[in-house]
Amino acid sequence: MCGIAGVIHRGKTSDIGSEMTQMLLSLKHRGPDSTGFAVYGKPADNNNEFVMRFKVAEQEDLGKGSNIRTVIADRRAAVDARMAEHNAKILTEVDATEYAYRYTFGFDGDDAALEKMTRYIEELDGAEILSLGRGLELIKDLGDATVVSDQYGLKGFQGTHALGHTRMATESDVDIRSAHPYWAYPYNDISVVHNGQITNYWIMRRQMEYKGHRFLSNCDSELLAVYTADKLNDGYTLEDSLRQSIEEIDGVFTYVVATKDCLGMAKDTMAAKPMVLFESDELVVLASEEGAIRAMIPHEIDTYDPYDEEVRVWQA
Amino acid sequence: MAGVEGRSHDMGLHNEQLSGRKMQTFFSPDDSENCVYPWSYDVDFNKRAEIDMADMTPTEVNLKIRELMAEGHGSIVVKNPGSRHSIGVGILNKLNITYEGSLGYFGCGLIDGPNVRITGRVGWSCAENMMAGTVVIEKNAGSTFGAAIRGGDLVCKGSVGSRTGIDQKGGSIIVGGDTGALTGFMMQRGRMVFCGNAGKNLGDSMYDGTIFVGGEIQSLGVDAVPGELNDIDRAWLTRKLKLYDLLPDKGVDHFTKIVAGRQLWNYDNLEPHEKKIVL
Repeated sequence: MCGIAGVIHRGKTSDIGSEMTQMLLSLKHRGPDSTGFAVYGKPADNNNEFVMRFKVAEQEDLGKGSNIRTVIADRRAAVDARMAEHNAKILTEVDATEYAYRYTFGFDGDDAALEKMTRYIEELDGAEILSLGRGLELIKDLGDATVVSDQYGLKGFQGTHALGHTRMATESDVDIRSAHPYWAYPYNDISVVHNGQITNYWIMRRQMEYKGHRFLSNCDSELLAVYTADKLNDGYTLEDSLRQSIEEIDGVFTYVVATKDCLGMAKDTMAAKPMVLFESDELVVLASEEGAIRAMIPHEIDTYDPYDEEVRVWQA
Repeated sequence: MAGVEGRSHDMGLHNEQLSGRKMQTFFSPDDSENCVYPWSYDVDFNKRAEIDMADMTPTEVNLKIRELMAEGHGSIVVKNPGSRHSIGVGILNKLNITYEGSLGYFGCGLIDGPNVRITGRVGWSCAENMMAGTVVIEKNAGSTFGAAIRGGDLVCKGSVGSRTGIDQKGGSIIVGGDTGALTGFMMQRGRMVFCGNAGKNLGDSMYDGTIFVGGEIQSLGVDAVPGELNDIDRAWLTRKLKLYDLLPDKGVDHFTKIVAGRQLWNYDNLEPHEKKIVL
């Protein structure tokens, strides 16, 4: 069933980490398998400064033998070495968990060089870059919103907008790789959360792979991230990309997508997956159920359900 | 004969006669006033109570409502519903109940008799399978609003989502704003009124019933066709919309009436295998 949520503040930052945690906790019943956040902080003033979230193991790996922590430490050291090989200068390091980390780093190369470095890192056994960008930070793990938020220290995270997802696994495994949100490299700062099923997934995936895009999972939701990245790369606006997706992607779906400064949503032709929306001059909040919006805005407000084929985009 | 079984016989539920394809039992309005469930509570509308459900589960609230009805309370106010699901379901009693706030999914489902007012909005499947009574929502409603209702008035003063009133079997669904796609899908009886616009495939595969739309219709579904708005329709629309403070300033003459074209095979005298032979 899955629960999805999004929030965007217009012209200001807020504690989006706590806000999204509250919203996702109220959607726990829609998906108990994993929880994911895509939070957008204020980008660094320096255009060559990036923030990267990555993991070198899965949560369940910690129970696999006494040597696993040494293996994890070795993998992390290998990541550091490969970054150094590509002249990426690590500025800060935070251990979010025993197996997942947050780095900020300076990088003077172009997009192609950055992509080359990330592919090199992900050749390492167990290594996966969860997000890389100037504003986007992507956090996902097994457990409910409070567990993941506390584990990764999300409460107090200041930013303009965020996406969130509570996952009920139907099409793929219960692990971090199959958890939402998804992003698509090398188009930094794009993230997607999705509720539904995409029935022409393999056809669309082959088309995207033929164009050179990579897929890290077999989850149909990742297609939406790659599809959006591809469209934006081809010069489409976010709104045009969302409209086109309703024509080209089959299935029942409602999804929310974020870029470094926008939040958008699209609903399929059947409107079979729920979405409730609240919009004011200060902020926009949307979620699979109104209860999630109430968790953030307790006073009485006017909300509505977007209709079939409805597309909306908001600027931070 | 005593107990529940005796009451059901007293209510005439075992005396229906099958005639052709139709099965109808007619009650006089006077009798229907006195037609109550054997297990319903004798409540006094002047006896009021309040429930603050901020720290209660939906199950606790639904049990509390029954407890209050058993004590004779006929007017209940529920505060802080917080958009939670399955609130106020299965009330088979005369009762005035007000929810100060919004309800989540399946709010007021399976009810027969109460007058309900919701000051906020409702989520998906509000009043599903409602048999009788009145439900008035002051704001918007989600999808599958009034699915399979059989009687009563279900009113939303704002707009509603998609698939409104699918499989409706009676009663009236009245909406002050717009409705989404596939509204009235497989509708069988009753009336729907939308003062605003209707999405695509309106009345798809409807067997019977009537849909009135005051605004634009994006498209009609299979076997849904325009009907002629007659004086009875105008009188009914005027009375109902006025009752719920939704009557447009320009009246009701601009409403479009949609009915079943009755071209579906279900209305053919031939069985499917016979139809194949003819074709």
